[in-house]
Amino acid sequence: MDKETLITQLREIVKPYAKNEEALLNINENTDFVNDLKINSANLVDVILDVEEQFNIVIDNESMERMLNVKSAIEIIEAKLGAQ
Amino acid sequence: MTTQAILQKLPFAPPFLFVDGLDYIDSEKVQGYFTFREDMDCYKGHFKGYPVTPGVLLTEVMAQTGLVCLGIYLLGDEVLAENMTFGLTSTEIAFLRPVFPGEKVTVYAEKVYFRFGKLKCRVTLKNEAQQDVCSGTIAGMIISKPHE
Repeated sequence: MDKETLITQLREIVKPYAKNEEALLNINENTDFVNDLKINSANLVDVILDVEEQFNIVIDNESMERMLNVKSAIEIIEAKLGAQ
Repeated sequence: MTTQAILQKLPFAPPFLFVDGLDYIDSEKVQGYFTFREDMDCYKGHFKGYPVTPGVLLTEVMAQTGLVCLGIYLLGDEVLAENMTFGLTSTEIAFLRPVFPGEKVTVYAEKVYFRFGKLKCRVTLKNEAQQDVCSGTIAGMIISKPHE
């Protein structure tokens, strides 16, 4: 799966929780979930659970704590998919 | 964990304790009850001359049983650090019937998920006639105390 496809899928996942529509529209590898998209920390959990469901992977606590931006989300998803 | 142990661990005290007891609890669901006493302060002003239980208090009953009691049960022996506490993070509730002074309500809460310190539940509150009073989804999280 290429990066663009992943970012497009992530955009759909974060859409219900993102409070900054402009940042959502311009989502890219450097987008931060909290600082740019204005997703609150409680909804960050929902984002991660939706990522698990979408990609059929399990995110552990350590990965969860790192998953604060698009870049690390892609890294984690790719690593989990690669390990399957 | 016994229901008595859970009640003792609750971080609430009167006048803001809204759990009288639990009928049932396991890792998936909890059932608890509370009676709104006629002499409660809220009825003096909600409403003037027509006492009805405020929706925020119905929400509180649902949260104290559905999130905090179940949360304490799910944490088990895990002890929260001194600077950590429970925080209500979201509610989506439909209010269907009024609750009048003296009524006993029963909370039926079912876990949707408990992950990364966040607990989300589907909750229904019923009156003594077993009619739905309010129903919806609530979530809470273990958070650090912001003012410490």
